[in-house]
Amino acid sequence: MGKLEKHVWPAIGVALLSAIAFLWASPFLWTLVASFRPDSAGSADMASLLPDLHPTLENFRSALESGSFGVYYVNTLIVVLGVLAVQCVTVSLAGYAFARLRFPGRDLLFYAFLLQLMLVPPALIVPNLRTVVDLGLYDTLPGVMAPYFASAFGTFLMRQTFRALPRDFEEAAAIDGAPWWAIIWYVLLPMAKPGLIAFAIVSVTTHWNEFLWPLMVISSPANQTLTIGLAAFTLGAESGKEWGVLAAGTLLVMAPLAVAFIAFQRRFVDSFVFSGVKG
Amino acid sequence: MSVASTSSVDLALGERRAGRPRRLHLLGFALLAPSLLFLALFTYLPVVRVAIESLYDTPHGTGAAAAFVGLGNYAKVLSDPAFRQAALNNLVYAVGVLAPTLVLALGFALAVQRSSRFSTVLRTVFFFPSLVPLVAAASLFFFIFLPGVGLLDYYLGKLGIRGPNWLGDSDIALWSVIGLTVWKNAGYYMLFYIAGLQNVPRDAVEAAMIDGANAWQRLRFVILPALAPTTAFVTVIALIQLLTSVDHVIVLTRGGPSNATNLLLYYIFQSAHENFDYGKAAAATLISVAILLAISFGSLRVMERGARGDG
Repeated sequence: MGKLEKHVWPAIGVALLSAIAFLWASPFLWTLVASFRPDSAGSADMASLLPDLHPTLENFRSALESGSFGVYYVNTLIVVLGVLAVQCVTVSLAGYAFARLRFPGRDLLFYAFLLQLMLVPPALIVPNLRTVVDLGLYDTLPGVMAPYFASAFGTFLMRQTFRALPRDFEEAAAIDGAPWWAIIWYVLLPMAKPGLIAFAIVSVTTHWNEFLWPLMVISSPANQTLTIGLAAFTLGAESGKEWGVLAAGTLLVMAPLAVAFIAFQRRFVDSFVFSGVKG
Repeated sequence: MSVASTSSVDLALGERRAGRPRRLHLLGFALLAPSLLFLALFTYLPVVRVAIESLYDTPHGTGAAAAFVGLGNYAKVLSDPAFRQAALNNLVYAVGVLAPTLVLALGFALAVQRSSRFSTVLRTVFFFPSLVPLVAAASLFFFIFLPGVGLLDYYLGKLGIRGPNWLGDSDIALWSVIGLTVWKNAGYYMLFYIAGLQNVPRDAVEAAMIDGANAWQRLRFVILPALAPTTAFVTVIALIQLLTSVDHVIVLTRGGPSNATNLLLYYIFQSAHENFDYGKAAAATLISVAILLAISFGSLRVMERGARGDG
């Protein structure tokens, strides 16, 4: 019994977990293997998870040539960074107001912000598309970004971050005559950096991965983002059976976030625990 | 405590900047204004707009004026077999994803909670799918589900099993989509359980051990009750997510075969983007907004606790 408890069960547990982990990772393992597999390997064994003996970059070259990945990368970067830049301003100001100022209706407004966590933008694509058209932003990148300029999640995160900071510094600054914006910019934000970074990670990931809304707003190829390009690519590969190229294209879309994640794992994990409210 | 110290800063600021608290009220509103502008444009007004427009029939491309049809669009939507199917599918999809996801998320969290190199690798492997675009996951599963030569059939074939047509069989397709979603989401919810497990009182677990409770009893009677807030929180955010993301459906099945994988948001997308039936899309949007609000208001407290980061 003692031996069983001490050695056998843990060994079975480790084996079982390893099997599940392998299963979980297999789609990615396949992507890696298939994207470096030469075309000549034939499509019968395309699903094999065993790496080919003669890896090739041919699939990446084909992927980069057949889709306009350069354009997609640039557009995605513009959307992701544009959204983040505006959000940093809006959520810092609103977070400060909710954390530190007192004004009538504050709690009510707080709940009004909460609404965005439930009525998430994808649920409102139909009326929002009309609004974007009315604003003359149809088929533009600002049209893709606009619904995300206000972020309830970011506002909460900054409110929590500001609340956790000691008040001594801003009180001293206020007594010295610093105006509110100087208190936010010079005193609070430097101390709130971890909160901002957590928010930035979640925001960038969310918008890098977004698909449905840009699909609605964008019509011309020159304005497409990575996810839209990849979807078109996937549907194209269906007929062409170019699985290696498809795998390479998928890898190209996932790679930047994957690399960032592997480099900053701890930060990512912590940020996403916060992100629950974003759903 | 926080109220008391708020007022001291308010006073310091107020006396210097304005002399009266009213100016400070204005500052509060001014700082919220940029956010409120965009929330009004893309969250509040759209609900009003879609509510009004759902009462009109807006012909596409003819330039004809919208005609008031009252609740006609709702009648049209509710009697549309595709909508009923989408609503039913969404219910099956939500329950079908949620149950295994919660079990796996908790199981993963229990497995990786101790810090070791093995745990770190497992955590990365389980979490990784939630980091990739749903569209990329769909592209991968497009190949995995491919009849005959796909990853799944290839290895099932080696075991001597002939798989069904994963995406082409209308009895199977929704479950294939559910499988993808479970794979994609379980690791994300695992993170909340890892955080939740850190708040389970140690002495309660130890006391149960001393009383002779086995691992299952400790889980069932000590750990699970302590994790109830985490489970409630994860359930709410998962339900919202399962009602509002259909990227994989768009890429993999387009709602087919014969509406077997049609979900509410896909129905809305299709009505607006492909059939250009705006009135119908508006009515369906308002119905899904009502469902989202019903889920959320039932759980405001849960959401707020999560927003504080201790959920």
